[in-house]
Amino acid sequence: MFRAAQALFGALIVIFLLMPIVAILPLAFTSSVFLTYPIEEYSSRWFVELATADAWRLSIMNSLIIGSGATLLSTILGTLAALGMRSKALPLANLLRTMFLLPMVVPAVVLGVGMQMLFVNLGLASTYPGVIIAHTVLCVPFVIVSVSASLQGIDPSVEKAASSLGASPVTVFRRVTLPLALPGVISGAVFAFATSLDEVVITLFVAGPNQRTLARQMFSSIRENISPTVVAAALLLIVGTLCLGGLAALLRWRQERSALRAAP
Amino acid sequence: MRTTAVRERVGALLLIVPLLAFLAVFFLWPLWTMVKASVVDDTVSRVLPRTSVAIVSWDGQGSPPVQVQQALVEDLRQADDQQALGETVRRLNSAVSGFRTLLTRTANAVRDGKDASVDLASLDRRWNEPRFWLAIRDAVPPYTDRNLLAAVDLKRDANGTIVSEEPGASANRLIMFRTFLVAAIVTFACAAIGLPYAMLAAAMTGWKRNVLLLAVLVPLWTSLLVRTTAWFVLLQNEGLINGALQAVGLIESPLPLIFNRVGVVIAMTHVLLPFMVLPIYSILLSVPRNLMQAAASMGAGPLRAFWRVLLPLSLPGLLSGSLLVFMVAIGYYITPALVGGANDQMISSVIAFYATGTANWGLAGALGLILLLVTMILYFIYGRLSKSPQLVGA
Repeated sequence: MFRAAQALFGALIVIFLLMPIVAILPLAFTSSVFLTYPIEEYSSRWFVELATADAWRLSIMNSLIIGSGATLLSTILGTLAALGMRSKALPLANLLRTMFLLPMVVPAVVLGVGMQMLFVNLGLASTYPGVIIAHTVLCVPFVIVSVSASLQGIDPSVEKAASSLGASPVTVFRRVTLPLALPGVISGAVFAFATSLDEVVITLFVAGPNQRTLARQMFSSIRENISPTVVAAALLLIVGTLCLGGLAALLRWRQERSALRAAP
Repeated sequence: MRTTAVRERVGALLLIVPLLAFLAVFFLWPLWTMVKASVVDDTVSRVLPRTSVAIVSWDGQGSPPVQVQQALVEDLRQADDQQALGETVRRLNSAVSGFRTLLTRTANAVRDGKDASVDLASLDRRWNEPRFWLAIRDAVPPYTDRNLLAAVDLKRDANGTIVSEEPGASANRLIMFRTFLVAAIVTFACAAIGLPYAMLAAAMTGWKRNVLLLAVLVPLWTSLLVRTTAWFVLLQNEGLINGALQAVGLIESPLPLIFNRVGVVIAMTHVLLPFMVLPIYSILLSVPRNLMQAAASMGAGPLRAFWRVLLPLSLPGLLSGSLLVFMVAIGYYITPALVGGANDQMISSVIAFYATGTANWGLAGALGLILLLVTMILYFIYGRLSKSPQLVGA
């Protein structure tokens, strides 16, 4: 009796968690303009719309440009900082760490309002650099967390061994530390790209009509006039995220395998 | 030995400086700009700098002394920024109506007359009335608590005492109450579902546990926008849920599930449930498996063992999960904006409205400051409780 109730509860919550995501995806292939079941006829017209309609095509391009820029910038800044924070000699390490993670905690609307006010004065409002910078602020914590975790897994004696064998600090970093930290850097970059891809609120405040991202475009079309194009875009986002996650996992796996092979 | 330590410290600092500088400029400075916008009010004092200094000595009785009047004339003569002057006129006119014509007329007369001394009272008799001068005196201090008071539906009356805004004039208090209410309901719903779910996941082994965990992690890594879209589609009147209920025959007409509180709570609970399940689960993993068996062997029934052993042990996880969910929920914007109705908009929507809709930066900043402070306090408590202030388990 208790067992059955347990199983029922577990199943219900699993359905509650997964059903919404699974249930809407087939609607991307409907030929109707309404997002309702049953689907009478399947078609790819909404994907064609996504690829050809100016607003959607531009927004996909923008998401790729802004996402790449923010990923590059946040991965460089975040990886450097994570490497620096490894040192025990660093003063105020805890305070710095809290500060670096804070962009994840501050409500997006608050940060967005502040950025809009400041960016107007700095001449960054409604520009690509402005949006890339704003997204980078949000992406950095994910890079820090991910890179720090992989750096923690490195045995310091490996690096000590390398330098005792005569490797210069630069060589130790390039040949030992960086390769070992690379999986963390890559998954940090993936998180950063996914964060930028999904960002709506700050984009609302700092981007102009020319920097409309895919997420921003989805947000306004749900608000104004929802069509299956939004679900097609959602499918695209899910597939994109899955591919990125898969790529990161693959790289990580190859990395681990080659590391195993290198170690006798 | 000492030099290597110094070199290591310098090296570490050099690695950190780029990010530190970047966040100082593009994270802290925006927040500071917003806070400043809510308390700084230098429109009038920037345009009328001499008057601002001189008027402080006036006691507020009768007409102000000659040097104050001379200062105003000089300020108006020097005012070359028409936009700033326009803002000042608007600001003063909102305090005392009629100021627009008075000040524009005076400014024009002052600029036309080459003579250094202009008699204001003969130019316009209204300058004999103290209330216009009082309005200037009230507007010159560069800092104001007007926005902060307005954010909680308070204002200062003519004597400067703090009083409540007339009922119906502003709804900020109501919206704050609603924000905390919705966040509390969502937190409660997440706790009611998340606690037993995490216990179940911790009690299971093998594929069952993996399925339960995967069901939490997949939504966590799915785009927030995708999940909100999904609920938008599901909750519609013609949506899947209403369709299924009607097909089974449980209901005649569609239940109103979207653009109301029900929809917001369902969608937000779905989005935030992982933040509740994961902290509880990670705490329960450290509980020895045989503890429940020990309780049973000592004669405790399953209910008693749960109540006296498992529940107290999972309380720290429940507490940090609840804090996390509540903290994230009060700042939510997208989900209420898309799934909620006009009466479900939370504080974030109001901030966005003041900022983008009416360009009332002062009030947007004041409300933002309140939201920021509450979030920071909750985060501080959360950090104290969970020791490691990490939100993502990367």
